[in-house]
Amino acid sequence: MTALDERPSVVDPPQPAAATSQRRRPSTPRTWLRNGGLSNFLFLVPMLLIFGMFSWYPIVQSFVMSFQKTNLVTAPSFVGLDNFVKVLQDPLFLTAAQNTVWFAMLALLFGYPIPLIAAVLMSEVRRAKGLFSALAYLPVVVPPVVAVLLWKFFYDASPTGVFNSILAIVGIGPQPWIQSITAAMPSLVLEATWAGAGGTIIIYLAALTGVAPELYDAAEVDGASIWQKIWHITLPQLRGILLITLILQVIGTAQVFLEPFLFTAGGPANSTITVLLLIYRYAFQNSLGGDYGAATALSLMLAIFLAVLSVVYFRLTKSWSQN
Amino acid sequence: MSKTKIEDPEDRGIVSVADWTKPRIRHTMRASHAVLLVVLAVSGLGPLLWLGKAALTPTQDTLRTPLAIFPNGIEWQNVVTAWSTIHLDVQFANTLWVAAGSWAVQIIVATTAGYALSILRPRYAGVLNALVLGTLFVPSVVLLVPLYLTVLDVPFVGISLINTFWAVWLPAGASAFNVLLVKRFFDNLPREVFEAARTDGASSFRLFWSIVLPMSKPIVGVVSVFAIIAAWKDFLWPSLVLIDPLVQPLSVRLPALQQSIELGVYLAALAISSIIPILLFLVFQRMFLRGAGLGGAVKG
Repeated sequence: MTALDERPSVVDPPQPAAATSQRRRPSTPRTWLRNGGLSNFLFLVPMLLIFGMFSWYPIVQSFVMSFQKTNLVTAPSFVGLDNFVKVLQDPLFLTAAQNTVWFAMLALLFGYPIPLIAAVLMSEVRRAKGLFSALAYLPVVVPPVVAVLLWKFFYDASPTGVFNSILAIVGIGPQPWIQSITAAMPSLVLEATWAGAGGTIIIYLAALTGVAPELYDAAEVDGASIWQKIWHITLPQLRGILLITLILQVIGTAQVFLEPFLFTAGGPANSTITVLLLIYRYAFQNSLGGDYGAATALSLMLAIFLAVLSVVYFRLTKSWSQN
Repeated sequence: MSKTKIEDPEDRGIVSVADWTKPRIRHTMRASHAVLLVVLAVSGLGPLLWLGKAALTPTQDTLRTPLAIFPNGIEWQNVVTAWSTIHLDVQFANTLWVAAGSWAVQIIVATTAGYALSILRPRYAGVLNALVLGTLFVPSVVLLVPLYLTVLDVPFVGISLINTFWAVWLPAGASAFNVLLVKRFFDNLPREVFEAARTDGASSFRLFWSIVLPMSKPIVGVVSVFAIIAAWKDFLWPSLVLIDPLVQPLSVRLPALQQSIELGVYLAALAISSIIPILLFLVFQRMFLRGAGLGGAVKG
């Protein structure tokens, strides 16, 4: 975030031209009007309306609602910590939390090293570099719903399923894919990795172009091999971006919804139900009417968990990222 | 050797020019690049080519021999049925509407807010800036339920936006990422131009419309690509607020079609839904890739 607001103040005068002459005078409604206060404000109206209504207000509401019983029939009433207790006592909560952690870990295992290796290799390509990036990025532009539904068909468990037909060519028998309790989650992660890796590759490629060539020149003077250059220059130079993509990926995968929702609807036997799917069920798939209190309580717990995790993560990696 | 170096001294990577001349390294690099290209082509392009093929293949062929290429000829009827009988044309038009409206709202909010926060800068700009920045740290899951209830019964107005495009358009505008992107771009525009315009008596509106907007084409382009792609991709939110199939965009409608229509037609529907984003990507490739790299820079 710091990159956004850290600007040298020398570049920009602190006040725009219109206000400079009046800066020191006390602001009365008349001077405010004459200095363009009204037109300044008019330009902020779209943002204030949209953010106020659809961002700031709902954020405040989520805190309020997690302590309320809201069912759209009777007026909301405060129930203290009941919603939180209810969620924590739900046997599905533990399953969903475990599955989400499992998804995040698998996603790191599949999705973290592959883009890095691909990007380092791609940065050395001398001809048709654009072709490599375009091919890598192509899955990212496919609408996620289409990607999931297409892969769902690929995962057909019958011997004539697409993936099973490919496996048959190399002599492997048909796999159950998303129909098996153990294979369902890795199958979901495989598709998610396919859909997301391209974006990470492009970010790493951009970071790799920022590595100063002089560093490599200097290392060569000292007789460094290619592997030594990767280990002692490339990876340390990418450390900042690697640390950030790691935590961003964890935050993203902790909120995974589309894959479990469309592939398996949480099944088989709740083996792919995630925290977000549970929130969705509380609020929108409840036969007794939406339990909005429990849903916001769980959302809030997830958000607080992620915030704490990020803070701890940046504390722990602080010394490492500055070395 | 030294000649190559003079040609592009900046454009060197991990492997040095000297290394490239060694046959062993050159062959290893070439081979690994060839393998990478094949892997990228098979994984990136393969599924999409398969989808394109399956969209034009009779259902029975796709079911029996999914890997065969047109064993019994091409079935154009799949696409025709998907478009006119299943009425994907309605969903297609809805998707365009959702994307166009979200785009317009996002551009209006981001440019006016960016202009006010970066160039006009009233006293309270700092506070507003912090409030906008703060929302970046709130994961979207927190908003889901309260935003749904807000749209169900908009405060002060007392109307429901469910099954109207406004339910998707207006919340799309509340993107802190857009505002910050545009604000940062405006921060780097030359101040002298604005001061000269002010001296010539240009009003805030004139300055915005005739000077700032024409100068901000690059960033408006980036925000536009993000906005249109995001609108095309979104599923969860539109599926909650657009319940009537007549107003649903493609992404929301497709899962429901899964059980009810023939496989060949269904795969044609999937292909139709991906064509526009893929074409947009192929045409505006550089803008997409720059935007993706930018995403990393800003998140950092």
